[in-house]
Amino acid sequence: MKTLKDIKPGQSAVVDKVMVTGTAKGRLMAMGVLKGATIRVVKVAPLGDPIEVQIRGYNLSFRKAEAEQIMVI
Amino acid sequence: MSAITIALAGNPNTGKTTLFNALTGAHQHIGNWPGVTVEKAIGQLKKEDKTFTIVDLPGTYSISAYSLEEKIVADYLQKEKPDVVVNVVDASNLERNLYLTMQLIEAGAPLMIALNMVDDAKQKGMQIDIESLSRCLGVPIVPTVASRKEGLKDLVERFSPAIATAKAQQAPALSDYLALAESLRTANDEDSLIEGRYHFISQVLEQSVRIDGPQEESFSNTLDNILTHRVLGIPIFLGIMYLMFEIAFSWIGKPLQDLLDDWISGPVSDFVSESLVSLGVADWLQSLVVDGIIAGVGSVLAFVPLIFTLFLFISILDGSGYMARVAFIMDQAMRKIGLSGKAFMPMLIGFGCSVPAIMGARVLDSERDRRVAALIAPLMSCSARLPIYALFTALFFTENETLIIFSLYVLGIALAILMGILFKKTILKGESEPFVMELPPYRLPALHTVLIQTWEKGKGFLIKAGTIIFSMSVVLWFLSNYNFDGPAEMQDSFLAAIGGFIAPLFTFHGFGSWEAGVAVLTGILAKEAVVSTLGIVYGIGELSGDAVDAATQLMPVAQVHFTALSAYAFMVFTLIYTPCMAAMATLKKELGSWKWTLLGAVYPLVLAWLVSLVVYQVGLLLGFGG
Repeated sequence: MKTLKDIKPGQSAVVDKVMVTGTAKGRLMAMGVLKGATIRVVKVAPLGDPIEVQIRGYNLSFRKAEAEQIMVI
Repeated sequence: MSAITIALAGNPNTGKTTLFNALTGAHQHIGNWPGVTVEKAIGQLKKEDKTFTIVDLPGTYSISAYSLEEKIVADYLQKEKPDVVVNVVDASNLERNLYLTMQLIEAGAPLMIALNMVDDAKQKGMQIDIESLSRCLGVPIVPTVASRKEGLKDLVERFSPAIATAKAQQAPALSDYLALAESLRTANDEDSLIEGRYHFISQVLEQSVRIDGPQEESFSNTLDNILTHRVLGIPIFLGIMYLMFEIAFSWIGKPLQDLLDDWISGPVSDFVSESLVSLGVADWLQSLVVDGIIAGVGSVLAFVPLIFTLFLFISILDGSGYMARVAFIMDQAMRKIGLSGKAFMPMLIGFGCSVPAIMGARVLDSERDRRVAALIAPLMSCSARLPIYALFTALFFTENETLIIFSLYVLGIALAILMGILFKKTILKGESEPFVMELPPYRLPALHTVLIQTWEKGKGFLIKAGTIIFSMSVVLWFLSNYNFDGPAEMQDSFLAAIGGFIAPLFTFHGFGSWEAGVAVLTGILAKEAVVSTLGIVYGIGELSGDAVDAATQLMPVAQVHFTALSAYAFMVFTLIYTPCMAAMATLKKELGSWKWTLLGAVYPLVLAWLVSLVVYQVGLLLGFGG
């Protein structure tokens, strides 16, 4: 099973399942991180966390802890 | 006829505030929503015989109550029922922006869409069929470019409850969607509801938007690759910060501060004093006005140029999109205190002045984080404490000035971190906020918006701080010029008595004299007042503005009252204890309650007392007492 954390900067994947829980889940989903959405990892922050992704034509940042719980294909 | 209320709703970074400013111009008022530190902006727009009250709601991505802003927007729409809700939508970022639109449509709000930044969308190669979009969503749409005031006239012309509620001939797909959404809501299936919204949006976009030509790497992305670069990102950030402080202090703050200082203590004081004499006003009143009010208010007013400059930079960095990158770069480091990267900027500003630092805390996601950040921000050693350090290091640490001053800055940071963790673990505990943040495209901030924001923030400080500083100045003047028998010299005054009364508190700190006690008291008014008070209480009068000269003047008395160790303990105390009046006034404004403001005043006092005591006693044990 691959998670978004395994995707290297510059590569894209398709979201399969959002396993995130709590308030982060609602926020990520409202921002469009949903099953079927194409997500491209843009870069990792200089200190190693969080990550920057491109989704639905805009740039979004969240932490690796969340990325780890987003299953991708 | 009562005014028509128009509420502006929309995602952050859509130009919502720019639109608000363009519509209301100078007729606006910015404050906080009752009890919370979220900005509340209300303005007036007069057009012919009609008056519109325009409310700029906090920017949100949805109204599902994930955050305080979302709760405010949801509550406002539900309870206040504005006559028209104008949903400001970024045309170049339609897919995500329409998510909120769908929620507003579901909520049945009398809706209009201001399709903003249509120029950006065109540049991205997007061809938006507004007719079709409007039909699909059943909502009137007006294209705008708020930063250039394009389309605003059309928008205002359509500000009418009738137009917003008259559903355009509702497309069958929309009716189907609304029915589905309703049933999903009844079934409490939140996930499917969210997916349903995005699914509907993609269908709408398929019908109404065409993208011409291949998407090329945008300028914004190229810039971002440099500004948040793995290696270069942090050095560039530090460079920008250095430049900001250099401009704010060396170029603008300091010269203007000196100028204002000279002007207030010179011509203004002289003029007022002469006028009062020629009017035959009583001596005590002259002294109150000149030595009390003008001197007290003036010492803080001199900081106004610096504060305004810092606010100006904050507005520019915020409007350009760089602020979000600062949070992105520094998040990992800030997480250690339990705060997000968004708290870094306010903390950093704290080195300049606590006032904008405390106000900057409002960018944080939760009320809890905002409180923590506002409470610990004054521990960052602000510029007003520097004269104290400069004086005492010139007196006792001529060999290693830099090291001593540096140690105080580091101590402030360390204590801020510790207190941050402590607050998060005790009175302000709870699940930590997730870091989910948009990195908006870089934009040239609109001058108009930047200026209005700077002025509003600065004005807020002037009014709030001004009243408190004014009354404190009067009280301090009275205390330092009177005792029970009437007018008295400083050393026989109430203030000296109070200073003497609290002096024993500092017996084990090495500076338990009434003079130090008085200096500590006046330092609550403004930190730089500590130095001038020392000059007065030691009978030297006006100290030189230059630290080395002042040190020479003070040398004979200072060496009687202080040792190097007790001087260091005194500096530690002044670094930590109760923030100045201006900062306290800002705390009250931002935290919204006296309870929290009191905590912000008392905890630093206790902390300062303890840390300073430990420094002195450990220093004695280690043999630094001589």
